Amino acid sequence: MEWETVIGLEIHAQLATRSKIFSAASTNYGAEPNTQACAVDLGLPGVLPVLNGGAVNMAIKLGLATGCSIAPRSVFARKNYFYPDLPKGYQISQYELPIVHDGEVIIELDDGTTKRIGVTRAHLEEDAGKSLHEGFEGVTGIDLNRAGTPLVEIVSEPDMRSPQEAVAYMKKIHSLVRYLGICDGNMQEGSFRCDANVSVRPAGSNKFGTRAEVKNVNSFRFVQQAIAHEVERQIDLIESGGTVVQETRLFDAVKGETRSMRTKEEANDYRYFPDPDLLPLEIDEAMIEAARSELPELPDAKKQRFMAQYGLTAYDASILTAGREMADFFEGVAAAAGGEGKLAANWVMGELSGALNKAGLDITESPVTPAMLGGMIKRITDETISGKIAKEVFEAMWNGEGDADTVIETHGLKQVTDTSAIEAMIDEVIAANPGQVEQYKAGKDKLLGFFVGQVMKASKGKANPAQVNELLKKKLAS
Amino acid sequence: MSLNNEQVTEIAHLARLNVDPADLSDYARNLSDILAFVEAMNAVDTSSVEPMAHPLEMPQRLREDVVTEENQRERFQAVAPQVEGGLYLVPRVIE
Amino acid sequence: MSDTSKTVAELAAGLAAGRYSSEELTRSCLSRIRGAGAELNAFITVTEDQALAAARDADRRRQAGGAAPLTGVPMAHKDIFCTSDVRTSCGSRMLDNFIAPYNAHVVERFNAAGMVSLGKTNMDEFAMGSSNETSFYGPVKNPWDTSAVPGGSSGGSAAAVAARLVPAATGTDTGGSIRQPAALCGITGLKPTYGRVSRYGMIAFASSLDQGGPMARTAEDCALLLETMAGFDERDSTCVNRPVPRYSEQLGADIHGLRVGLPKEYFGDGLDAEVARVIDAAIAEYRKLGAEFREISLTNTELAVPAYYVIAPAECSSNLSRFDGVRFGHRCESPRDLEDLYKRSRGEGFGAEVKRRIMVGTYALSAGYFDAYYRKAQQIRRLIKNDFMRAFEEVDLILGPTSPTVAFNIGERADDPVKMYLSDIYTIAVNLAGLPGISIPAGFTNGRPVGLQLIGNYFDEGRLLNAAHRYQQVTDWHTRAPEAFA
Repeated sequence: MEWETVIGLEIHAQLATRSKIFSAASTNYGAEPNTQACAVDLGLPGVLPVLNGGAVNMAIKLGLATGCSIAPRSVFARKNYFYPDLPKGYQISQYELPIVHDGEVIIELDDGTTKRIGVTRAHLEEDAGKSLHEGFEGVTGIDLNRAGTPLVEIVSEPDMRSPQEAVAYMKKIHSLVRYLGICDGNMQEGSFRCDANVSVRPAGSNKFGTRAEVKNVNSFRFVQQAIAHEVERQIDLIESGGTVVQETRLFDAVKGETRSMRTKEEANDYRYFPDPDLLPLEIDEAMIEAARSELPELPDAKKQRFMAQYGLTAYDASILTAGREMADFFEGVAAAAGGEGKLAANWVMGELSGALNKAGLDITESPVTPAMLGGMIKRITDETISGKIAKEVFEAMWNGEGDADTVIETHGLKQVTDTSAIEAMIDEVIAANPGQVEQYKAGKDKLLGFFVGQVMKASKGKANPAQVNELLKKKLAS
Repeated sequence: MSLNNEQVTEIAHLARLNVDPADLSDYARNLSDILAFVEAMNAVDTSSVEPMAHPLEMPQRLREDVVTEENQRERFQAVAPQVEGGLYLVPRVIE
Repeated sequence: MSDTSKTVAELAAGLAAGRYSSEELTRSCLSRIRGAGAELNAFITVTEDQALAAARDADRRRQAGGAAPLTGVPMAHKDIFCTSDVRTSCGSRMLDNFIAPYNAHVVERFNAAGMVSLGKTNMDEFAMGSSNETSFYGPVKNPWDTSAVPGGSSGGSAAAVAARLVPAATGTDTGGSIRQPAALCGITGLKPTYGRVSRYGMIAFASSLDQGGPMARTAEDCALLLETMAGFDERDSTCVNRPVPRYSEQLGADIHGLRVGLPKEYFGDGLDAEVARVIDAAIAEYRKLGAEFREISLTNTELAVPAYYVIAPAECSSNLSRFDGVRFGHRCESPRDLEDLYKRSRGEGFGAEVKRRIMVGTYALSAGYFDAYYRKAQQIRRLIKNDFMRAFEEVDLILGPTSPTVAFNIGERADDPVKMYLSDIYTIAVNLAGLPGISIPAGFTNGRPVGLQLIGNYFDEGRLLNAAHRYQQVTDWHTRAPEAFA
């Protein structure tokens, strides 16, 4: 039987506010346990939540960037359950009335096609603390520094049909939140996390199958693996006569499989109700306009502009706009290179990306700045150096030997364009290779490459290759 | 609505309350009385009435995004039943 | 008469005139609390050392010329308000060991005004009760008759003020917890408009209903206390940013032509005939002062108590989840596992009434029952508010009894929660709507005090206090002291 996979994602992005969503404690990552948990975060008796306007502004930006409607009135509700990392015994979240809803993003697939993925809603809520099991015997330690960190939970429609689409969607949202500057996107530190709702159904059916929720898949690769495994598990289960149960499953990255989270199946009854400590959140046009005025150019628009302005292919423009830092870097290079976008793109995606990958560095940590790389490209276009020599210049810049002009100067890499100097070298090469000259003249045109190589070698690569070509042909013809 | 002992046990579990089995019947009777009493609400048709969650018809005030809280761990943990290395301790949580 | 029988206004004047020091005053209050007052069980914690230190501070401040009007006047706080470095028990075993790391906003304001806190008053556990019998620290006795309850949940505050142990105390009112004990103890108690007083540091029972307020012997004192405790606090999202009038300076205004509504539902079946007689006499008194009465209808009054006993338990079931034995409060011995830790800590820490309400609330919010209970109650809540809004189109104030009966005997209603809940039948609707209300002494039946309730429109505390004050200028019920504590 043919099966169709149906996937919806719930992405939790920690908002990059300075203070928590309902308290004025810091959200910095990595502090000593419980040193950033104030009375409100700890749920001490008598203290009360007050909403962080910065978190609201960020959620509005996300809504605008995903074409969502911004709710003029939304409500915070309590989700009640007992867990040691949840100090109040309830999580403040939004339930019936989320802050933004009904939007979409367009994802691009490897085959170059695009697909619309609906965004059902995104709502504000608070993060929980952390349970630590290491180093304790029979007990668990609770660190509440993370408790109260603002989260936006972005819920997609069940529009994805393969693990690849799910990854593309997740990457798209990841790119968006980073462009917007509302989330640092750090998946290792848990700033960007994802739960996947996965089900399968016979191809052609329009009824959804029973879904399993795979929790906390915290890398693009794991999302791919977890969904692929889950799909396989469900199909195997159904085909061998079983049925999928609606449950929460955990992805085991080591084994590459999902497993049921609760041995004792317990129906959750969260008893949502409006939080009486908070009033309805009202968002007016002025707040929306303020957020809109702060919006950066978003990836899709930037991609279109890159194609139009720099003449890049759709593929190159996609890669360069996937991350805001990468896009900014590229534009810096292109500007410093006098608008040579195509060449700038080649260098950023080629030599630079290769070097960064090899060194395990992020684009923001590149030892070669956009100005340096652009300056070097300028020396290619003004024929001071050849493309081949440029690689040498790049390496020297990477190794901290200064900008392109300095490297060209100290290494004496300036291209030789003096016709008489090149002619002298050509004469030497012709004199030293009488046999090849003979054959060339007899019609073996391919040997031209050999002569160019010899001249370039003699010039230590500095001779202008076009000039060498032209002069060689002239000399050999005479 | 009348609750039996089993239902009371379920509610007590949801609320994480230990209830002495000997008291279950009393709770069941009391809770049933209370529920019967509040069901007087059903005397009026409220189908067209907007629920009122709060006496104030006022929007939520927003706080500026600034950090003003300082570390008071020692003070807060002075009232904690069990801490170690700055962490609150609970019986092992199995996941 | 000892100094402690004086009102806040009188004591402030005496301190200003140098007739006595705050330290002297504080000492006489403390000795009264420890002496004649001890049998009432009105206090959970008496903070003698801190009180004396604060009194000496107040005296220095007065000498240095930096005193506020109430500097040096002693008072007490209901044990629901967090007090830094002092146990804040909320009347519960759960918090028997809880030393709050901060002060409630209300406590901060009284401290800043230089008032001297003598300690923390007894109360129904987590403010859930109308008789003060649910306190972990034992029932409080009514100073007028020690076999009677003082009302609740602010029963300790009411008894302490009535017995002249302190001139004033704070209370909180979720369904009548200031007004009902004020009535049953023969004192004056004001529940302000929801949002007038910050709830920060006031341990929550039902967040959309709770409001702190003053309890004292006169409306004038309540005015002085309210203008001190009210005000904007950015730590409470539900606290209203609106100027606080000088209520005490508005007292004494003529009330000729004041339109007063008498809700027929507050004078029907269930109202004790003797109490009705006392209220009628008070109405006659008000007529003499020039008030104009008209009958009004608050149609949904009967539904107020049922709606309240869904909303308040629903909110409390969630508010009290934080008491889990992990970060503070009672923790059971040697928990086997996490579930055991939660269930035993909470099972041991909470008393029966608190458990009942948590369970009712849990049930009302649970899947399948939410609409029938919680949502329905919220709809009724709006109907009740609408009733009041309609009434206030025609009248300036609403008048009626505070409680259907005078103080009942200790133990008399303890086994019947529903009967107990009906003690608050005239006070609860005010909380659901979020309006201000005041209870003032209006007479006695069988030696037990009767309270008269006035209800005002939102933020109309000034008019409410003035109407209460005018009545107190022409009557002397508020000056009567229980014989044993005169």
